[in-house]
Amino acid sequence: MASPFSINGGACVAMVGKDCVAIACDLRLGLQSMTVSNNFPKIFSYGNVYLGLTGLATDVSTVSDLFRYKVNMYRLREERSISPQTMANLVSTSLYEKRFGPYFVSPVVAGINHTTGKPFICGFDSIGCIDFAKDFIVSGTASDQLFGTCEGLWEPDLEPEDLFETVSQALLNAVDRDALSGWGAHVYIIEKDKVTKRLLKGRQD
Amino acid sequence: MADRYSFSLTTFNPSGKLVQIEYALAAVNQGVTSLGIKVPKKTSHQRHRPRHRKEILLPPHRPPSLAKVSLITPNIGMVYSGMGPDYRVLVDKARKVSHTHYKRIYNEYPPTRILVQDVARVMQEATQSGGVRPYGGGPSLYQVDPSGSYFPWKATAIGKSATSAKTFLEKRYKDDLELEDAVHIALLTLKETIEGEMNGETVEIGIVGAPANNLLGYEGVEGAVGQRFRKLSKEEIEDYLTNL
Repeated sequence: MASPFSINGGACVAMVGKDCVAIACDLRLGLQSMTVSNNFPKIFSYGNVYLGLTGLATDVSTVSDLFRYKVNMYRLREERSISPQTMANLVSTSLYEKRFGPYFVSPVVAGINHTTGKPFICGFDSIGCIDFAKDFIVSGTASDQLFGTCEGLWEPDLEPEDLFETVSQALLNAVDRDALSGWGAHVYIIEKDKVTKRLLKGRQD
Repeated sequence: MADRYSFSLTTFNPSGKLVQIEYALAAVNQGVTSLGIKVPKKTSHQRHRPRHRKEILLPPHRPPSLAKVSLITPNIGMVYSGMGPDYRVLVDKARKVSHTHYKRIYNEYPPTRILVQDVARVMQEATQSGGVRPYGGGPSLYQVDPSGSYFPWKATAIGKSATSAKTFLEKRYKDDLELEDAVHIALLTLKETIEGEMNGETVEIGIVGAPANNLLGYEGVEGAVGQRFRKLSKEEIEDYLTNL
């Protein structure tokens, strides 16, 4: 039987640059080898923090809604927006609550901490173990390919424009070598007081 | 008979009051005096850390064996006037709730306002706790009353001589107080407003100041920050009293 993580397919990647971070995902939604939609983004924004979710599409929807609720409640209670670090711990504890019946998702958190001004990215397994990374985080059915392209293309202290080029090439070339990912991409470049969202066409086969 | 309406804690009487809350407030007003002062302070000698405030709170009097100033989180302390047993239960709950509702979710301790809301909720849920409780912690000083209402203060007092103590504090308070001055003013206020001897045995002082890295019990760990809340020793209190 197919793993729940690879029924619908999809890929996500986050990268750190100089005073900026990037997060990008593909747009495919499939049922095994059949593509159902080419407009299924896997990145969700919660104030100035971004969450990428790959895995089982039904859980991607459920988990993104769950965090919309949790982050909205946080903002109302605390009268401030959530920091990427706090968001990471919230994601971790929320996933571990479902330790013995997990959501089949591999989340990625990206954002800039507005107190320290420092970029932050991290990834998780489906039960909330945090993977802190200084360089990049990959997730989804193209994660093996993404590891390859990111190791090959990433370098420290990329400026926002160069980071966009790097993350886009890493994602596009990785999903072209994965049958379950692709069909266009969303790329977010997050700077201290500016976020740029770009839509990439990509190969349509 | 007013007693007719005291059978339930949560039944309004015909004039729209919950009399048990009135009784609890009356109990608080008979309790020994406690007070707190918020101190805005700019740290000059430390890196580029933005300004952080310090504050102090303290109650006096009544030979202790039961502490009245308690640590809740490393940066938040709490004090009360009113019923000691109720206070101890509330301290337990505040400590627990700071973990279950916050640290175990976000991996950090709650800001003072959030903790105050949690404590106020506990008190509102069972409006039977006796005691007005001013808090010190982080950048802020709060008082929670038995009904579950809470108030932020720059300086306040609760308990028996609260009214005169507050008048005294109002005259002495300035926006640019140092922590040392606040302790001094707090002790002066107590001296003016309460009866009985003041010494290291009968007065308690808690402060929320710069991180006390010496209380960590270890050193050399990068990024480790000591707790801000600390109770003053008998000797330190005696020193302050001598210089009064």
